[in-house]
Amino acid sequence: MTYWAHKKAFPMTEGQSHIIPYRTFILIWATLLILTGVTVAVAQFNLGALNIWVALGIATLKAGLVVAVFMHMKYEQTLFKLALLSALAILAIFIGLTFSDVLYRTP
Amino acid sequence: MSGHVHRDYTGAKFGMWLFLYTEVLLFGGLFILYAVYLARYPQEFVSAGGQLNVWFGGGNTLVLLTSSLFVAVSITALRRGAVRLCQGLLGATVACAALFMVNKFFEWSAKIDHGIYPGSAQLKKLAPGEMVFFNIYYLTTGLHGIHVVIGAAVLIWTMVFIKTGRVHADDWVILENAGLYWHLVDLIWIFIFPLYYLLLH
Repeated sequence: MTYWAHKKAFPMTEGQSHIIPYRTFILIWATLLILTGVTVAVAQFNLGALNIWVALGIATLKAGLVVAVFMHMKYEQTLFKLALLSALAILAIFIGLTFSDVLYRTP
Repeated sequence: MSGHVHRDYTGAKFGMWLFLYTEVLLFGGLFILYAVYLARYPQEFVSAGGQLNVWFGGGNTLVLLTSSLFVAVSITALRRGAVRLCQGLLGATVACAALFMVNKFFEWSAKIDHGIYPGSAQLKKLAPGEMVFFNIYYLTTGLHGIHVVIGAAVLIWTMVFIKTGRVHADDWVILENAGLYWHLVDLIWIFIFPLYYLLLH
């Protein structure tokens, strides 16, 4: 088997996967710190119900950066990404079913 | 290295990710609990959440984000052959874990000194929503704290493997998986911090 044929057949088995440079990680870390600052700053203002949604939005953005770059999800095969989506879909179903119950109960 | 050594990195990493998804659903359950009670007791959650010290929560956020950077960089360092740098970064990550737990110790001590802990007489005198807030707070941050300790232990175990040469530039998947676990610990805190410490309005 030639080198390239082998690589095609076993894309990740040889440790040839992408080495992420230090600079990328430092940029992501700096972004995470800035987003932390933003979420603390926004929490000082009373936006009513919007406060919790802004906090969750920024946290989700931070989590996305950690998963994509720190945890290399961006560089993984489609299988890994599909599994991540499945786990998140299951969590969303749990949340949806729970709230479809508790929000419509009459005390 | 002579000959072809079969290494199933895809399988090893995918197995780790599957385990992490069970962790996501475990903490997800606690966040659902939080969301349901936040919807039921919005005022009480704000008054109880305002009693948490944002400096402890924010400080620990910086500690965990930075430790996550160290772990991420340590993998690149190992794969580029910078073993000493890799070991130093992993040591710094373990130090961050210790710092996190020291902060947590002082934070919880202050709360417990004020009589606020699960089952305390003081807690029973609070409004039901405030009591629920502190109970979920102790449950979630306590479970997360256990994960910090386990994560640090796994990283120390990996450092031993690097020292003995079992994990090296051409065979690093154990460090990769240990790193994934550590990032999960950071990931959960990313949600805990705003939900518990920044509930000001």
